[in-house]
Amino acid sequence: MTATAEASAPALHNALELVLADVTDRTPSIRSFTFRDPAGNELPPYVPGSHIIVHSGDKANAYSLTGSGVLTAEYTISVLRVDNGGGGSAALHQLAPGARLSVSRPRSAFAPVATARHHLLIAAGIGITPMLSHMRAATEWGHSASLLYAYRQGEGAHLDDVRELCGERLLECTDRSSFLAALGVRLGEQPLGTHLYVCGPQGFMDTVLSAAAVAGWPPSRLHSEPFGTADLDPGQPFSVTLGRSGAVVDVPSGTSLLKALEDSGHKVPFMCRQGVCGECILPVLRGTPEHRDLYLSEAEKTANNSIMCCVSRSRDAGLEIDL
Amino acid sequence: MLSTQESTLTPSARRFPFPFREDSYRYSTNVEPAPQFVPTDAGGWGDRLIEIDPHYGSELEERAAILDRDPSRIAMLPHMGPAVWDTITTLLPVLATDYPDVMCFTREGRRCHWRNDLLGLDIDFVIGDASTLPMEPLRFIGSQIQDDIALLDQREDALWLDAGVITFAADWSLGFDVGMRFLEVHGPVPRVHEEQIITRAQQFLMRLQPGEKFRRTNWTMTVDRRLDTSTETYPEWGPDRLEVVDDPDLAKRLHLRVEVQHLIRLPHSGAILFLVRTHMISLAEISAVPAWRQRLGRVLAELPEDMADYKGISRYRHAAAQWLLGG
Ligand code: HEM
Ligand code: FES
Repeated sequence: MTATAEASAPALHNALELVLADVTDRTPSIRSFTFRDPAGNELPPYVPGSHIIVHSGDKANAYSLTGSGVLTAEYTISVLRVDNGGGGSAALHQLAPGARLSVSRPRSAFAPVATARHHLLIAAGIGITPMLSHMRAATEWGHSASLLYAYRQGEGAHLDDVRELCGERLLECTDRSSFLAALGVRLGEQPLGTHLYVCGPQGFMDTVLSAAAVAGWPPSRLHSEPFGTADLDPGQPFSVTLGRSGAVVDVPSGTSLLKALEDSGHKVPFMCRQGVCGECILPVLRGTPEHRDLYLSEAEKTANNSIMCCVSRSRDAGLEIDL
Repeated sequence: MLSTQESTLTPSARRFPFPFREDSYRYSTNVEPAPQFVPTDAGGWGDRLIEIDPHYGSELEERAAILDRDPSRIAMLPHMGPAVWDTITTLLPVLATDYPDVMCFTREGRRCHWRNDLLGLDIDFVIGDASTLPMEPLRFIGSQIQDDIALLDQREDALWLDAGVITFAADWSLGFDVGMRFLEVHGPVPRVHEEQIITRAQQFLMRLQPGEKFRRTNWTMTVDRRLDTSTETYPEWGPDRLEVVDDPDLAKRLHLRVEVQHLIRLPHSGAILFLVRTHMISLAEISAVPAWRQRLGRVLAELPEDMADYKGISRYRHAAAQWLLGG
């Protein structure tokens, strides 16, 4: 599964520089890419269902990792080529082994629920990729899981992988009506304590989630792949006026106000740099902060007379702080 | 100018995580990235995730004895198996990197080798196969570090305390708390609910990304450097709190007890690993560092009554403050 993270991508925070070790065609339009550490070191392990953000050209895209996340000599993603897409899948498809890429650390936003008695995985098309990760992890840890996989004839990516991995636990559908019938059966027969995970095109996910709701599944047991929620977005560039000196400090996209103040020689107390501890609060004299912290109350945020400079930014050009 | 006499500093004072940034103390969501070195008036601390000190052997022996005596100090709900292995494969490499002279970890796929010369241990084990470890996996990792360990699972938009090895609790009980939500665990703490400190902490923790590490400190006081002040053993240590007030040895018996708590998102299971490392220093030792002596004295004198009651120090804190500020 893929989603466009940024149209024009900011520098990745704490990224890994990896080498493309292998390229394999899965279907005429889906290609797998395997990345390794250039020095041969292990890569950080990851939670099943995690994604990485891959930079290619001036584009960045999120792609699901397909391994279990335990043994991480390499990262493998599968990418559907979208010729006019904004995320750079076409550029990725041009790459040959040996290419060097900047890749984010794995982010978890679609994790298996540890207490589930059974994991019901439902995928369509390229949505198979996080399910492969879930299924591999479930198999390695001996957890109960089954997969319902919908794809168009001739376009099923990773079929060999899932057939070998799942055996009896796999049900394949290649048209809409057989899928809907199979879905109805699966939703009806799942034992208490089953969690459902769905990934595929938005319309497909909506269909599955509403059918599950109709069949009486509580929302807490339904999980769909949401990309991009785990990251704080880098924000727009802005500048801030320092009330006491009149100096103006520029804050580029991807740089926090706190960092920009520090870089221009201003000392601001801080601790967490995450918007929770409260240390970095600064009085606002003019302008409208874009509050992104967890520290200020709703009332304080509306009053707009303070800003947590480690995470918050400005909504307009006229931000002035008492510093 | 308050000057510190180097000669009277104990080694534990040099590395002591003195927690006060001001002359008064209030609760806050005081988290910061870890590890990072913090200089203090006596030295500094915090450059390592896992701190091994001269008490290593004796504290681990004490933990083993407590677990033998009272198995309720270790608990694990059945779904926490992968999180425990994740803890093992996260912490052993950290130890090997920080203490290369005495510890070594190597891994080939699921097969691991671990050598810990401090304990005379040299073992091969397989991730996921508990029978390859000398004891159950959670107890095993608890036998390698001085920290107490808690593991929180994230689901249903909440964090759940679902496993732990807690032998050195500052007046709480794992047996009572296991299976509870993070917010429920903090139920007895005054002030933090009105002040949104715990909800904010939970939101922060739920957003932590795999591999991210933060820490915070917490503190209380303890009579006689006793590590095991869990609710279960209250009858053994509770009465000391009254009796110590009139003891001429008050300054030697009363200890500032500081917990360095690490908050780590485990990379594969996605669980939150919560490590609690307890450090203690007597008022007598503190008095070798005049800045600490004065600051702790002022904090104790000023601390609001509800917080002092909750920490269980209200009977002796004014006596302690007087001793610290008097001389
Ligand atoms: C940023 C994270 C956290 C914050 C801000 C926080 C805050 C606090 C505070 C202010 C207290 C009162 C301490 C005192 O006065 O001595 C407390 C107690 C406690 N905390 Fe936390 N805490 C955090 C994380 C955790 C975690 C991850 C656990 C793991 C389960 C935990 C377990 C406890 C327990 C068991 C107590 C004692 C409660 C009792 O009296 O029964 N805390 N915490
Ligand atoms: S540094 Fe903690 S809120 Fe900004």
